Amino acid sequence: MADTVAGLPVQHAEKSFYQQSTNKYSGILSWLLTTDHKRIGIMYLAAIGFFFFVGAVIGLLMRLELIAPGRQIMDAQTYNSFFTLHGVIMIFLFIIPGLPAIFGNFFLPIQIGARDVAFPRLNLLSWYIYMIGAALVLVSLFLPGGPIDTGWTFYIPYSVRSTTNVSMAIFAAFVLGFSSILTGINFVTTTHRLRAPGMSFFKMPLFVWATYATAWIQIIATPVIGITILLVIIERLFGVGIFDPALGGDPILFQHMFWIYSHPAVYIMILPAMGVVSEIIPTFARRTIFGYKAIAMSSLAIAFVGYLVWAHHMFTSGMSDTARWIFSLLTFIVALPSGVKIFNWVATMYKGSIDPQPPFLWVMNFIFLFSIGGLTGLVLGSLATNIHLHDTYFVVAHFHYVMFGGTGTIFFAAMHYWFPKMFGKMYNIKLARIAVLLFFVGFNLLYFPKFIMGYMGMPRRYYDYLPQFEALQEISTVGSWIVVGTLFFILGYLIHALLKGKKATSNPWGGVTLEWHIASPPSMENFAEIPTVTREPYDFSQLKEMKNE
Amino acid sequence: MNSYTDAAVHHVHRDDAGAKMGMWLFLFTEVLLFGGMFLVYAVYRYQHPDQFRLAAMELNTGIGTLNTIILLTSSLTMALSIASLQKGNRFLSMTMLSVTLLFALMFMVNKYFEWSAKFSHGIYPGSPELVNKPNGEILFFGLYYVMTGLHALHVLVGMIILTFMFVFIKRNKVTSENYVKLDNSGLYWHLVDLIWIFLFPLFYLIQ
Amino acid sequence: MSGKNKHHIDYGTYILVWLALLAFTTITVTVAGISLGRYTLFTALLIAAVKSALVINIFMHIRFDEPIFKAFLGISGMTLLIIFLLTFLDFIYR
Repeated sequence: MADTVAGLPVQHAEKSFYQQSTNKYSGILSWLLTTDHKRIGIMYLAAIGFFFFVGAVIGLLMRLELIAPGRQIMDAQTYNSFFTLHGVIMIFLFIIPGLPAIFGNFFLPIQIGARDVAFPRLNLLSWYIYMIGAALVLVSLFLPGGPIDTGWTFYIPYSVRSTTNVSMAIFAAFVLGFSSILTGINFVTTTHRLRAPGMSFFKMPLFVWATYATAWIQIIATPVIGITILLVIIERLFGVGIFDPALGGDPILFQHMFWIYSHPAVYIMILPAMGVVSEIIPTFARRTIFGYKAIAMSSLAIAFVGYLVWAHHMFTSGMSDTARWIFSLLTFIVALPSGVKIFNWVATMYKGSIDPQPPFLWVMNFIFLFSIGGLTGLVLGSLATNIHLHDTYFVVAHFHYVMFGGTGTIFFAAMHYWFPKMFGKMYNIKLARIAVLLFFVGFNLLYFPKFIMGYMGMPRRYYDYLPQFEALQEISTVGSWIVVGTLFFILGYLIHALLKGKKATSNPWGGVTLEWHIASPPSMENFAEIPTVTREPYDFSQLKEMKNE
Repeated sequence: MNSYTDAAVHHVHRDDAGAKMGMWLFLFTEVLLFGGMFLVYAVYRYQHPDQFRLAAMELNTGIGTLNTIILLTSSLTMALSIASLQKGNRFLSMTMLSVTLLFALMFMVNKYFEWSAKFSHGIYPGSPELVNKPNGEILFFGLYYVMTGLHALHVLVGMIILTFMFVFIKRNKVTSENYVKLDNSGLYWHLVDLIWIFLFPLFYLIQ
Repeated sequence: MSGKNKHHIDYGTYILVWLALLAFTTITVTVAGISLGRYTLFTALLIAAVKSALVINIFMHIRFDEPIFKAFLGISGMTLLIIFLLTFLDFIYR
């Protein structure tokens, strides 16, 4: 590979993709009508990042309301809408599209040695569909009827009877699902059709493997939520009875349909994050990944097993006992491939020469928080304890540890790892290290008390609470200030880096996957000449040659 | 669009197998979409087997069979249209495509008469007549309208796509050398047929 | 690019398949009139499965396309099967 990639540094003289256009326009239209996967990735970053901050601020306001019992800053109906919106925005607008649409778009083609995704125009269409879905969510807030108040799970019969703008808000989720499906189709086809010569499936970086597995879930699972949402809308409009218990509809069937998608969706959220971890650990341990095939295969295994466990969200719904114990059993199986990954990551670090740069610190943060999230998942997955903890703060704490502590943390890890490559600028390392620490402290203050409150019986989604929870609720609220403060702190130094940061070299961390062989930021074509791949993906013996290039 | 930078050139690369792969993946999402509906159908039929049978008596097996034959034949003409274009016979291809469109239109007309007959009997979602029936029958007709309606919507979309293909062949944008668009439209059309193959016995042939 | 490794199916095959599909339709309508008890649904679905196999293999020519498409079809089919089986674990044993 060294031979063929050796010609690449010439590209430093070339224009970056920011300075070229894929169409005849310049300025804003060169972005809005672009078909370049990198530009579309950046556009996703802007949109998704914006909604992440909106969601975070809503969360902050909810915590502020809960700082003391009784009414503080909003009434109960507003609170209901807030937790629904927080869920809808964070899940459908941030965490599901987050890693695949931003980093998958930007780096999947580069990492397999391609110039673009298989369907560039479809890729742009996906972005527009995402924006339409997001706009629908926003519009639904201001129409008469008021913002949706069903919780992000849209359970019937309430979602059929609520007088708020349920139809429009869930139609937004339907539209966003479309965007997700098209992205999935694009990534699967890209991975199959556009790999560079020599880039066999088992030479692909693990982020590609993870994104590929994710894309399959996006394709196979999303239609089920699509039809479920359509049925709820049809039920609201025409009253066909399919989801109306008064006419014979079965609410538990709705829950099955909802979770048949929404549980695999959990893996849409976490799998790409695991892929990013598998990229960052070898780079900063200067060691090839331990158990490459095991990690690659465990991604597929997680994607598959993820289909078998959905009803563990429904242990108290009234479904049959047989289904309950079988789903509980299957749930424990998911721990196996996840365990395979954790152990292989740790084994990779063993005897490595670890360089604790910010991306690596974020990954350490991830391993700690995600392990807590994963292990408390086992508590919830066993039938007996689930009965006690169902619909309490324990569940809220669990999925925030998994989603925010897992995927959210890795979103920052990926941001810090690839920022110099995407923007060609380097941020302040010292500030970035402080941010990890602040986040870690704030996060645990925010969510760990919720485990305790849930165990003590505090139900989720409640506007008010008994005085005995006050101390823990206050700690949690203080934690939320630290977390949101840290988010703005990170945003601040990244924007500063963007405007006034030092120029980044093409390989600031010493990575060896293909994106580190090309300029920062890459040229429009990514590669002057498509590379021929001969080495394993994490072969660090080539680092020396790369430095001499 | 490819003359502005060298970089743009690669955006117009052609990969027929890739395009087909994308189409198949899309078809799987359709299969799963209808699969969700079939799951709802299966559960409710399992819960109300007798009422489903009673309700199905109301459907017109004759129209159902006729529509099955129409769709199957339209699938044939679609396949023939592609085959004749592959052999370079543009005229035959366009003729077959028009016949396919005609069959699709016939299907929709039948569907219209079938639905309006039901409506005139007072069987439509939320009608007083239907709401007074047992739950199983309400569910049967609810599913009947939603599933055949969703299917009819796909027929409509298919008609739009096929019309575009007709124009493309006429303007030589789809040729015997570059027919992957027509091929993919054909795949979509056959899928619509495929779904009907399952809808037909599940709604019209319960005795 | 296209047409090189592509297997062209001739008109005759398509017409034969169409005739077979019509025959199966006749059979399924006829059989539906006979009371087979619990096997009614089974026969109807079996015939539908045979018909769809014909459509997928010949009309949609998956037999002659890249083998990976068949694997993809298997994945989505299996997923659907699993979803049905696991959901019915609830409804059968309720």
